[in-house]
Amino acid sequence: MTPKELALKSIGYRKNILKYIYGANAGHTGGSLSCIDILNVLYNHTLNVGPDNFKSPDRDRYIQSKGHCVEALFVVLADKGFFPESDLETLCRYKSHYIGHPTRKVNGVEQNTGALGHGLPISVGTALAAKMDNKAYRVFTLLGDGELPEGSNWEAALTAAHYKLDNLTAIIDHNKLQITGRTSDVCNTDPIDLKFESFGWAVRHVDGHDFKMLQETLDELPFTDSKPSLIIAHTVKGKGISYMEDELKWHHGVPNKQQYAQAIEELDNAVATL
Amino acid sequence: MKDFPYTESKDTRSGFGAGLHELGKTNPNVVALCADLTGSLKMDAFKKDFPERFFQVGIAEANMIGLAAGMTIGGKIPFTGTFANFSTGRVYDQIRQSVAYSGKNVKICASHAGVTLGEDGATHQILEDLGMMKMLPHMTVINPCDFNQTKAATIAIADYEGPVYLRFGRPVVPNFTPADQKFEIGKAWVLNEGKDVSIFATGHLVWKAVLAGKILAEQGIDAEIINIHTIKPLDEEAILASVAKTRCVVSAEEHQLNGGLGDSIAQLLARKMPLPLEMVGVNDSFGESGTPEQLMEKYRLNEGAIVEAVQKVMARK
Ligand SMILES: Cc1ncc(C[n+]2csc(CCOP(=O)(O)OP(=O)(O)O)c2C)c(N)n1
Ligand SMILES: [Mg+2]
Repeated sequence: MTPKELALKSIGYRKNILKYIYGANAGHTGGSLSCIDILNVLYNHTLNVGPDNFKSPDRDRYIQSKGHCVEALFVVLADKGFFPESDLETLCRYKSHYIGHPTRKVNGVEQNTGALGHGLPISVGTALAAKMDNKAYRVFTLLGDGELPEGSNWEAALTAAHYKLDNLTAIIDHNKLQITGRTSDVCNTDPIDLKFESFGWAVRHVDGHDFKMLQETLDELPFTDSKPSLIIAHTVKGKGISYMEDELKWHHGVPNKQQYAQAIEELDNAVATL
Repeated sequence: MKDFPYTESKDTRSGFGAGLHELGKTNPNVVALCADLTGSLKMDAFKKDFPERFFQVGIAEANMIGLAAGMTIGGKIPFTGTFANFSTGRVYDQIRQSVAYSGKNVKICASHAGVTLGEDGATHQILEDLGMMKMLPHMTVINPCDFNQTKAATIAIADYEGPVYLRFGRPVVPNFTPADQKFEIGKAWVLNEGKDVSIFATGHLVWKAVLAGKILAEQGIDAEIINIHTIKPLDEEAILASVAKTRCVVSAEEHQLNGGLGDSIAQLLARKMPLPLEMVGVNDSFGESGTPEQLMEKYRLNEGAIVEAVQKVMARK
């Protein structure tokens, strides 16, 4: 897909994220909007995974560590045909499988997540399994920037470099916000790149909303032979909706009727600017 | 059946926030640590008025428990705050080694326990925390029933020297216990005296037990209702005194049957007074998404389930 086609797709994804969060009256709005362009490029450009080969041992694996942004994942999986989009009308409702965090009861989900700091160790394990069997599939994981202080991430980062897992890519959704404030105020992790480089990773920075740059960067994987790759994706929490962008309260905020209407209008208008 | 009038419903986590704020004013050694959930834990007031005693450690719960253990060596009384699942399972080894085994004066304060967390679903709905915590030697385990009691418990545990697990929740529930109550750790609280059955309830299930008591009274059943806010140490004397009179028991809790209050009572009865027991709780299952009411209904954590358990256990007398 061209960057422009991807951009158009993302507008549709954003509308769906908001639609289902609004319908459920629950969800993680800001962080889903910050990572959706990354998921878009992963699923529509990079990963060799879809409903037809999801059982294949050779499929690429995607594990979402920031599980709270399940709406972004579900919307993309529905678009890929893993399940009917209308299923998402039950999101977060009683008796639905489409609960507030990724679960393997939903087709297309590799791993139950939601407790932060779990995705990277799991992905390292999966990448190790691929190496053991000389498999060519690759493993991708998406982390929040606020979850980096979990020590498990740094333990896993050591293991990944130790075993030279160049089939592993971690992407950090660096939206600079978490629940209680700016990541730099809560627990400063800067400079993230130097930390990972000193742990033995190959690191790149990208604009997490620039489709061309995301495509080109992902095409270059692995960045260095015999090293795990880290992509620090600079993003905006709440991206695409003027009043949500970079606003703390939209982490778990749900738009009211008028806000929802305005958001959809803004997204409709964005189509013309592509 | 006694009446329990109340004028407002409130969340128990706000009781914790109010108690912590109070402690900020009265006890200069009290410090608070949080793992990116200040608002959810209602720690904002403490943070605002005592910023030099508040530590936002970020999403790093294991680190937070270690820091708290370390602060006790410097004479502080640390209160840690995060969701109940991240307060226990996530950091069990830190609590076991650095807090319980080391006999540290850390207060582990845990919100959003149980299925009443609601929509976020199973990852966040811990139902094993009481069991994990009560198995640890030296650990005191408290699960108060409403806002006033949670506030009183928060204040009381600062004066107790030793590790404490304090569990509370997210939904608003009737605030029916007195605002001026004195919280006595380890002391069961008889809410209603009765002769036909002893109902021992903890946390959010205490109010459900009161509702059940009213239904039972209409059926001519005179239930003794006891609030077990302290799971450990268990008030064995009070429990045995009640059961000696009623000769049958129902336990009720928002927790797995394995490892919870009912499990502690079963052990006590088996050892000292073997009499029939029925247990209301979650039977070996994870939670799911839904509103708190829907989930309490599905997992049979309500007055209907308590009434049925009473009928069943009385038939076994
Ligand atoms: C172990 C753990 N601790 C706490 C939480 C509660 N929680 C959910 S989302 C969140 C903030 C996440 O911030 P970040 O990683 O920056 O995500 P994003 O900004 O992409 O939404 C927290 C603290 C959790 N899910 N898991
Ligand atoms: Mg973030």
